[in-house]
Amino acid sequence: MSEDKANNSRRRFLTGAVGVVGGIGAAYVAVPFLAYWNPSARTRAAGAPVEVDTSTMQPGQKVNVTWRGQPVWVIRRSESAIDSLAGHDDVLSDPDSAVASQQPAYAQNMYRSVEPEFFVVVPICTHLGCIPSFMPQPGSLDTNWPGGFFCPCHGSKFDNAGRVYAGVPAPTNLEVPPYRLADDGVIVVGEDQEAA
Amino acid sequence: MSDTSKVQGGVLGWVDARFPLSRMWNEHVGEYYAPKNFNIWYYFGALSLFVLVNQLLTGIWLTMNYNPSAEGAFSSVEYIMRDVEWGWLIRYMHSTGASAFFVVVYLHMFRALLYGSYQKPRELIWVFGMIIYVALMAEAFMGYLLPWGQMSYWGAQVIISLFGAIPGVGEELALWIRGDYNISGVTLNRFFALHVVALPLALVGLVVFHILALHEVGSNNPDGVDIKKNKDASGKPKDGIPFHPYYTVKDTFGLGVFLIFFSAVVFFAPEMGGLFLEPPNFQPADPMQTPAHIAPVWYFTAFYSILRAIPDKLGGVIAMGSAIFLLFLLPWIDRGRVRSVRYRGLGHKLALGLFAVAFVCLSYLGLQAPSDLYFGLTVTTWAQIWSAVYFGFFIFLFAYTAFGFERTKPVPDRVTD
Amino acid sequence: MRRLLLIALLACLSAPAWSAGGGGDLMDARVDVSDEASLQRGAKLFANNCMGCHSAEYVRWNALPEALGVSMETVESNLIYGDYTPGDTINAAMRGADASDWFGAEPPDLSLTARARGADWVYTYLNSFYQDPDASIGWNNTLLANSSMPHVLWRMQGVPQARYEESHGEQQVAELVLPEGQQGTLSESEYHRVTRDITNFMAFMAEPVRAKRQEIGVWVIGFLVVFTVLAYLLKREYWRDIH
Repeated sequence: MSEDKANNSRRRFLTGAVGVVGGIGAAYVAVPFLAYWNPSARTRAAGAPVEVDTSTMQPGQKVNVTWRGQPVWVIRRSESAIDSLAGHDDVLSDPDSAVASQQPAYAQNMYRSVEPEFFVVVPICTHLGCIPSFMPQPGSLDTNWPGGFFCPCHGSKFDNAGRVYAGVPAPTNLEVPPYRLADDGVIVVGEDQEAA
Repeated sequence: MSDTSKVQGGVLGWVDARFPLSRMWNEHVGEYYAPKNFNIWYYFGALSLFVLVNQLLTGIWLTMNYNPSAEGAFSSVEYIMRDVEWGWLIRYMHSTGASAFFVVVYLHMFRALLYGSYQKPRELIWVFGMIIYVALMAEAFMGYLLPWGQMSYWGAQVIISLFGAIPGVGEELALWIRGDYNISGVTLNRFFALHVVALPLALVGLVVFHILALHEVGSNNPDGVDIKKNKDASGKPKDGIPFHPYYTVKDTFGLGVFLIFFSAVVFFAPEMGGLFLEPPNFQPADPMQTPAHIAPVWYFTAFYSILRAIPDKLGGVIAMGSAIFLLFLLPWIDRGRVRSVRYRGLGHKLALGLFAVAFVCLSYLGLQAPSDLYFGLTVTTWAQIWSAVYFGFFIFLFAYTAFGFERTKPVPDRVTD
Repeated sequence: MRRLLLIALLACLSAPAWSAGGGGDLMDARVDVSDEASLQRGAKLFANNCMGCHSAEYVRWNALPEALGVSMETVESNLIYGDYTPGDTINAAMRGADASDWFGAEPPDLSLTARARGADWVYTYLNSFYQDPDASIGWNNTLLANSSMPHVLWRMQGVPQARYEESHGEQQVAELVLPEGQQGTLSESEYHRVTRDITNFMAFMAEPVRAKRQEIGVWVIGFLVVFTVLAYLLKREYWRDIH
C-alpha cells in the first residue's frame, strides 16, 4: 500500500462525514423503535375521558366509573356532608391541600372540588393502594367521625373531601383526578376544567 | 494499522487480557486478507447479514404486540399496522425484509455457482450455506402463517399436506406437524415458537459457522485463484487486502445502494404488486373457503413449479425435495478443477446460464395458474420443460466434468483486476 | 452475467398483479389518498350509505381528521351518528344477525376490502349493479354474481337494466343500460365521481398510513442518496491504495 498516494486529511474528513451522516440515520431509525413503546391508539382510546351524568344522582349517592384502568368515584355530597368539612382542620395532616400532586389547581380548596356538591376522587389509599370504604354517615366509624373514607387495610382515615387525618399511615390526601363540569349536569372525568 | 505486538494498556488492554477482543477483530476483520478483485457479486454476503439483523430487530419488536392465537392474530397485525405508533413501518420492514433476504441470498448463491466457491476446499462453507438456506425457507414458511390471513392459512394447508404424500407415515406426520385435524390455533402457536425463538437461534449459529469456515480457508474470488499461494516476505497474500478498511468502506457503499432499493419498496410499494404481501392475506383465515388462486410467496415458486410439474403427488414431493438436495451435493457433482466461470469450458457457461434462466422461469411459472397458456403450451408443460433443464444441469455438469469433456482456459497465477 | 441479473429483476417486476376476484376487466379507480377533498366526500358518502350495514372494525374515528384535513369536531358532527367516543372504531348500525336474516349473508367488514379485493374491484363493483327480478333481493351485480347486496345508491345512479345475449346456450348479461325514465339524480360522470370518492375513502381505510408513508419515503430516500454518495467517495478514497 503506497502511503504517498493516500490523502489523509480528505480521508479523515470523509470518514467523519460518513460517520456523522450514518449516525444521524441510525438515530432516525431508533425513533420508530422507541416510539413503538408509547401507548397505542387503542390504549389511548381506552384511557379516554369518561362522562358521568349527575343529573339523576341523589344527595349522598356514589357512582363508580373506571378511567385509565383506575376506579374513580363521583359523589354527590349532602348538605350535612359539606358542612362536616369545617371545624376539624386541627386533626388533618394537610387541611389546605398544599400537596399539589394530589389535586388539580381548580380543586385546591376546602371542598377539594369545583362545586362543593360534587366530589370526584380516585379511591386508592395513598398508603399502600387499598380501596377505602365510603362511610359518609357521621359517627359510623367512631363517635367523633364526621363522615369520610376509612381504609380497612391499615386504618387510614380521610374526611368527606378525602383529606387525610394526622397520625395514620397514609401520607397524603386522596387524589382528585382532572375533571370538568359540562352542560346538563355531566361530569367529564379526565378532561381539565377550563380556566375560569 | 493496529499494532498488536505492543502490549496495550487502558481499557482495551484490560479487556484483551481477559477476552480475545483484539485478536478476534484482527482475525476476522482487521487482518483478514480478502482478494482485492471482488466485484459486484461480492456485496450480497454482507447484505444477507444486514438483512438478518433487520429481521431479528423488527421481528422482536413485532412480537411485542403480536397475538399468536387463531382469534387474535389477524386483528393484532392490523392493530400493529394502525394503532401502534410506527407499527406499520416495523411491519413493512419485516415483510419487505423477508423478500429482500431471499433476493440477496439467491444472488449470493449464484455468485458461488459463477466462481466455483463451493469447490474444494470450500465444500463445508457451501454445505453450511445450504443448511442456512433450508432453515431460512422453514423460517419464512412458518412466519408466513402468523398474519393468519387467507394465504397464510391455505399456503400452510397445502405445504403441510405435502408431507401426507410420504408413504406409510405421511398422514400421521402431517397430523403431528399440525397438532390438529386441520390447521388451527394449535399449529399457529407452535409455528410462532419456532419462528421467533428456535429457528432464529439456529440461523444465527449457522451464520457464525458459515463465516468461521470461510475465514478458515479464505475467500474465493472472481478469478478462482488461490491468493494464499503468492505471499510477500511478511507472509501476507500479495493479492489480498485487509477486510478493514477496504471492504468495510466498500460494503458501506453497497449497503447504501441496497437501502435505497429497500426503502423504495417499504415506502412506495410494500405489497410489491402482490408479490411481497398477497391481497388475499388481507382477509382473515377462513377454514371453510379457499381463495380462488393459491400460490406461495415468490421465493418458493421455483420449487412449487417443480412440484406441480409432476402429475403424481409423491413424485412431485420427491422431485421438489431432490431439487433442493442436489444443491447440497454440488461440490461433489462438479468434478472440474477450474473454479471461475471465466476460465471454464463453453459447455459449463451455457449450462449455468440455462440453469439460471430455468430457475427464474420456474419461479415465474409457479405464480401462474396451471392451465394458463404461453405460446400455445400450458404452464404445467412449461414447468416440465424447465424442470428438465433444472435437473439436466446437474447431470450435464457431472458428465461434462467427470469424463473430461470440459476444455478449460489456463487460470492465471495472480488475480487479474 | 449482469444481463441475467437484469432479466431476473425484470421478471420479478413484470409479474402480473393479482387478478383479484375475477370477473374480467376492472375499471380504473385512479385512487389518490392524498386528495383530501375526495376523501371528505367519500367519508360522508360512506357514513350515509354504507355504515348502516357495514362496519370498519379496525378504523378509529380519531384516525380520520389528519387524513381528511378536517377537525375532530367536523368528523363528529358530520359523520358520527349515535353514541360514540372519538377513539371508537366504525361500527355498523345494524346487527349482523339481522342482516343475515334480511339479505341471506352478513355484510362484510369494509376495513380492508380495498386491499383484499383491490380498489379497482370496489370501484367496478359499485358500477356493476342492475335490476334483476329473478334475484331474491331484486338486484344483481355483473362483477359478483348473485351478490346479496342491494343497489344502495340507486337513487343517485338510477336503475340499470341488463341487456342479455345468448351465448353457449345461456342468457348472459351483455351490457348494462339506463333506460329513459329510470335515471337517477346524478349524471353518469357525477355517479362515477361519487363511487370513486367512496372507493378512495375505502382505500384510505384499508391502509390509513399510505399517504404519510409516501411522504416520509421521499425524505428517507433523499437522505440515503446523500449517505451513499459520501460512502462512495470514502470508498474511492481508500481504494486509491489498491488501484
